[in-house]
Amino acid sequence: MRTIQADNLIAVDVFCANHNVEISFISSLQQIGMIEITTVEKTEFIDADQLRELERFIRLYYEMDINLEGIETITHLLQRISSLQNEIIALQNKLRLYE
Amino acid sequence: MDFVDYYKLLGIPKTATSKDIKNAYRRLARKHHPDLNPNDNNAKKNFQQINEANEILSDPEKRKKYDQYGKDWQHSEEFEKARTSHERTSGSRGSRYSESETEGDFSNFFESMFGGAAGASRGRQAKYRGEDFNAELRLELIDAYKTHKQTLTVNGKNIRITIPAGIENGQTIKIAGHGGSGVNGGPNGDLYIAFSIVNHSKIKRLENNLYTSLDLDLYTAVLGGEITIDTLNGKVKLKVKPETQNGSRVKLKGKGFPVYKNEGHFGDLFITYIIQTPTNLTEKQKALFTELSKS
Repeated sequence: MRTIQADNLIAVDVFCANHNVEISFISSLQQIGMIEITTVEKTEFIDADQLRELERFIRLYYEMDINLEGIETITHLLQRISSLQNEIIALQNKLRLYE
Repeated sequence: MDFVDYYKLLGIPKTATSKDIKNAYRRLARKHHPDLNPNDNNAKKNFQQINEANEILSDPEKRKKYDQYGKDWQHSEEFEKARTSHERTSGSRGSRYSESETEGDFSNFFESMFGGAAGASRGRQAKYRGEDFNAELRLELIDAYKTHKQTLTVNGKNIRITIPAGIENGQTIKIAGHGGSGVNGGPNGDLYIAFSIVNHSKIKRLENNLYTSLDLDLYTAVLGGEITIDTLNGKVKLKVKPETQNGSRVKLKGKGFPVYKNEGHFGDLFITYIIQTPTNLTEKQKALFTELSKS
């Protein structure tokens, strides 16, 4: 995978070729603010930190037939679940004071 | 090796068309896919089965073999042929969600018939990062007090990690690149370690602060004095003010828990005094208390 090592970036076209997805899919995700694309000398790159999320979006879209609006909603709900789980852990830790 | 009814798994009749199979798979995948059920092992297991069923039934050749030999799986010779045949062919599309090797992607039934995950197609020849592994590490509170190294065995590999002082119960740290191997040359996944911190000491922790109670004799509470208390970092001398009330709390600044990844910084230690009333008083002591009560 062609990357700019220093910045940990992956070229969008290389990513799409490797993952066999359309560039328009990546552009759509960017347009709705689900991912960020960095442009360096007219070439578009994805930060490697976004790889995990991006591959999840690909699975939701291509394997489960979930459209972009669905992906956006699911992502929002998963973030809420994660935040609530963290809150539960914090509350459990607080409860330990009284055990 | 139990027989697995893939049709029943997907909730479709044997006469189902490829479109029916696809729809059934997608409907169930939306319910059980690990992406939609993070940290849910049951969903993960269900999805593996659904994926396996789809892997077979969506491929006409595999489906034919399954329909032919499925119920008579004990006939090993036929299955051996099926396996040999499978190894020469490329299969249908399966989920791109890679699973932990140790948990097994496919049932024994699947492996006996089709050669297991190694022989199964993962769809298009795309590069994917490997699966993220999740592990739980149990520490005693005292172990979380100091930065230390620990060796973990994850999927047969030993990994030596540094656990920074101040890690919290329920906190997860990421060890980059120590997850599953990437698919077709993709990068490795990451290892996520969730910490479970057990506390068998009298001292309680909330974030960076520590809380404890201390029995204080009546005389020291009334007249004041100096006491020695045990902390996680050894013994500390503490001055008790005269006329200290039961349930009153004092703060020992900087004697709490280390702040995570902030070396040299500590929370505070809060001590609540529990004043102990003397028992088994002598007649003389009783008289003195009586006299005191009248003063």
